[in-house]
Amino acid sequence: MIAEVGQFVLVLALALAVVQATLPLIGAARGDAALMTLADRTAIGQAAALLIAFAALTYAFVVSDFSLEVVYLNSHSLKPMLYKVSGVWGNHEGSMLLWVLVLALFSAAVVLFGRNLPPTLKARVLAVQAMVGVCFLAFVIFTSNPFARLSPAPLDGNGLNPLLQDPGLAFHPPLLYLGYVGFSMAFSFAVAALIEGRVDAAWGRWVRPWTLAAWTFLTAGIALGSWWAYYELGWGGWWFWDPVENASFIPWLFGTALLHSAIVVEKRDALKSWTILLAIITFSMSLLGTFLVRSGVLTSVHAFAVDPERGVFILGILALATGGALTLFAVRAPGMKGGGLFAPVSREGSLLANNMLLTVAAGTVLLGTLYPLILEALSGGASKVSVGPPFFNATFGPIMVPLVILMALGPLLAWKRGNLRTVAPKLIPAAIAAAAAILATFALVPDGPVLAPFAMGLAAWLAGGALAEWAGRIKLFTIPLADSWRRLAGMPRSASGMTLAHLGLGIMIVGITGSSAWRAELITTLEPGESAQGAGYTVTLREVTRGQGPNYNYERGILVISDEGRAVTTLSTERRFFPIASQTTTEAGIHTTWISDLYGVIGERGRSPETANAWTIRFFVNPFVPWIWLGALVMVFGGSLSLTDRRHRVGAPRRGRSPAPHPAPAAAE
Amino acid sequence: MKRKHRRLMVVLTSLGLLGAAAALVLTAVEDSLVFFYTPSDLAERSSPPDTQFRLGGLVEEGSIRQDGATTYFRVTDLNRAVPASYTGVLPDLFREGQGVVADGSLTADGTFVANEVLAKHDENYMPKEVADALRANGQWKDGSPAQ
Repeated sequence: MIAEVGQFVLVLALALAVVQATLPLIGAARGDAALMTLADRTAIGQAAALLIAFAALTYAFVVSDFSLEVVYLNSHSLKPMLYKVSGVWGNHEGSMLLWVLVLALFSAAVVLFGRNLPPTLKARVLAVQAMVGVCFLAFVIFTSNPFARLSPAPLDGNGLNPLLQDPGLAFHPPLLYLGYVGFSMAFSFAVAALIEGRVDAAWGRWVRPWTLAAWTFLTAGIALGSWWAYYELGWGGWWFWDPVENASFIPWLFGTALLHSAIVVEKRDALKSWTILLAIITFSMSLLGTFLVRSGVLTSVHAFAVDPERGVFILGILALATGGALTLFAVRAPGMKGGGLFAPVSREGSLLANNMLLTVAAGTVLLGTLYPLILEALSGGASKVSVGPPFFNATFGPIMVPLVILMALGPLLAWKRGNLRTVAPKLIPAAIAAAAAILATFALVPDGPVLAPFAMGLAAWLAGGALAEWAGRIKLFTIPLADSWRRLAGMPRSASGMTLAHLGLGIMIVGITGSSAWRAELITTLEPGESAQGAGYTVTLREVTRGQGPNYNYERGILVISDEGRAVTTLSTERRFFPIASQTTTEAGIHTTWISDLYGVIGERGRSPETANAWTIRFFVNPFVPWIWLGALVMVFGGSLSLTDRRHRVGAPRRGRSPAPHPAPAAAE
Repeated sequence: MKRKHRRLMVVLTSLGLLGAAAALVLTAVEDSLVFFYTPSDLAERSSPPDTQFRLGGLVEEGSIRQDGATTYFRVTDLNRAVPASYTGVLPDLFREGQGVVADGSLTADGTFVANEVLAKHDENYMPKEVADALRANGQWKDGSPAQ
C-alpha cells in the first residue's frame, strides 16, 4: 500500500513539473502574476510529493518489503539498519529518485529564500528547473521505477553490495547529488537570464550562493568518496583517475571556475556571456557524469549499477538540455552588452586566468575520460583502450602549477587595474615560506623525487599567500591587536571563506605530494608470529582471529608495527566475507600520526597446503595522506562560512524594480 | 586598453594555453594509452605487444598457484589462455572462474606480469570488455559464461 502511495505521488510530481515547466513561462511573457506565482506552489508541491515518495521507499527498505524489486535486489533482512536506509540510494532506481528529490528541493529553496527575486526571473528559473525535472521524472517513472512490484514476493533479499556497507559511503551519494544536482540552479538561472535577455550584477549576486552551496557539497562528497576508497578498497591509494571519479571531478572543476567568474559578474559586471556559458557547461557536465555513472558505458571500479538502455535516455536528456541551452545562448548572447573594462594585471584578469586554466584542466580530464569511448565508437568496437593515471598526472598536474602560483597573487590585485609592484612586497612572506619549504624538503628527504620539494614549495606559497592576504586585510601586527580583531569582526565572511578555501588547497597539496612522492610499501606473506622488514618498519603478524559481524564472517589480523625494536602501534585489519552476496571486502588498519599513515591490510590465506597458515600482508607508509582530507575539510568549512555571509543571502540587497540599468553596489568604487 | 585589444589578448592567451595543453595531451597519450587484449587477441598478433597493456578474461579453473606473495594463474577467454603472475594482495573478488582485468606486460617467456589486477565487480557483473570479448567468440550466453 505504501509503495502504491509512492508510485502515485511520483506521477503527481511529474504532472506538477509539467505545469511548472510551461505556465509560469507564459505568465512571465505576458506579465500575468497569477501564472507566475503558480510556479511557487507547484515547486513546493513537487518537493512535498517527492519527499513522500522517498519516505515511502525508505519505509519499504526499513521494513524489508521484498515485494518491491529494488528492495529484493538490494537489501536483506539481516542487514544493519544504517545500511537498510543507505540501501535506498545504494542502487540505480533509488539513487535516481534521490536525484529528482534533490532537484525539487533546490526548486523549493528558490521559493523559500528567493522572495526578493524579480517575479519574472523567479518564474523562469523555476520553469527551467521543472523542465529538467520533467525529463528526469519521466526517466525514473518509465525506465527506473523504484516501486515496481514482484509477485510472488521473495522471502529474503539479495543484500546490498558489501563494499557499499560502510558509514563513509552511506553519506557519499547524498552529498555528491546535492553538489552536482545543485549546479542545476546555476543552469536554470543562466537559461532564465537568457530568456529575460538581461544579465547584470544583481544576477551574479543571486547565482553565487547557489553555486557556492553546490560547490561546497560537491567538495565534501568527492572528499568523502576518496576517503572511502582509501580505507575500504585496501589498495593504499585515494584517487585512481577512475572514470566515475572523473565524472564528479569534471563538474567540480567547471563549478570552481563558475564560482570565480560569477564574482566578476557581481563586482564588475563583466565576463557575463562567459559566465552564462560556464553555468550551462557545468550542469551539462553534471548530466554527463550522471550518464557515465548510470549507463555502464565505462568499465570502472565503481560501476555498481549499470544498464546500457537507460544510458540512451540520459544521453537524450543531456542532448536536449545542453543543446537547447546552447542554442538559446547562441541566439541571445551576442545581444548582451559587454561589461567593465579591465587591464590584464587586475583582479578580473587573474580571475579570468583562473577560468582559462580550470577550463583547460577540466577539458583534459574530460578528454582522457571520454577518449576510450570515442575510440571504441569510431573503430566499431575493435579498438579498446584505457587511459590510465599517467595521462592525467602528465596533463592535469602541469596545468595546476600556474593556477596555484596565481592563486596567491590574484586576491591581492586591485580590481580593474592592479599593480605588480605594490603587490610584490605583500608576497614576500609567501616567497620565504616557499623557499623554506623547498630547502627543508630537500634537506629532510634528499633521495626522493626531484619535483616533490617544489610541490611542497608550491603548497607553502599558496598557504603563505592566502594567510598574508588575510593578515593584510585585518592589518595584523601593523596596528594594535585589538584593532585587528575589530577589523576581523567587520570583515565580510566571504573573504575569510576564500582564505580558508585557498588555504585548504595548500594543505591538500601537501597531502597529495607526500602520498605520491614518498610512499613506501611492503608486500609479504606471514604466518602468525612471523615478522618482516620493509618500508622502514618491522611488521609482525601477531595473530589472526575469526569471528562474526552482523551479516558477515571475518578474519582479523593483528599487526604489530615496530621501529628498531620499539613498538609503534598495533593495526587491526579485517577480511570480511558476506555469505549473502558471497563477496569479500577488506578493512584496512590505519594508524595516523598526521605526518604519515601506517596502513596495513590482510590479504588472502595461502591456497596450497604448505602456505595454508600464511596470509598475504600488505603494509604502506603513506606520508601526509590525512592532510588531503583535512584540506578538503578546510575548503568545505571555507565554503560554508562564505555561505553565511550576509551579502550572500539570496536576493539581498534588494534590487527592487528600479529603472537604473546597473544597481548601485556594482557601480561603487 | 581598448576593448578590442583586451579581447585580442584574451584570445591569444587562451590559444596559447590550449596549444600548451594540446601538446601535453599528445605527449601523454603516447605513453599512457593502454590497449585491451584478450588471450585470443594476443595469439592472433604476429608480434607480442612490448608495452604495458590490459589483459582480460576469466581466471581459469584450477590454475591458481601461490608462491609467497606471488600468485600464478591463467587468464582464459575459453578459447585460449595466457599464464600470468601478480605479486601483492589480490582484489577481494579474484577467484577461479571469475572475470578479471589486469594491467601489465608480457615477459620474454610469454608470461603476463601484472602490476595491477582489477576485479572489483560483484557476483553478477562481468567487466564490460570481458563480457564483450566472450560474446564475440560465442562463449557468452544469457548473461553468463557458457561453461
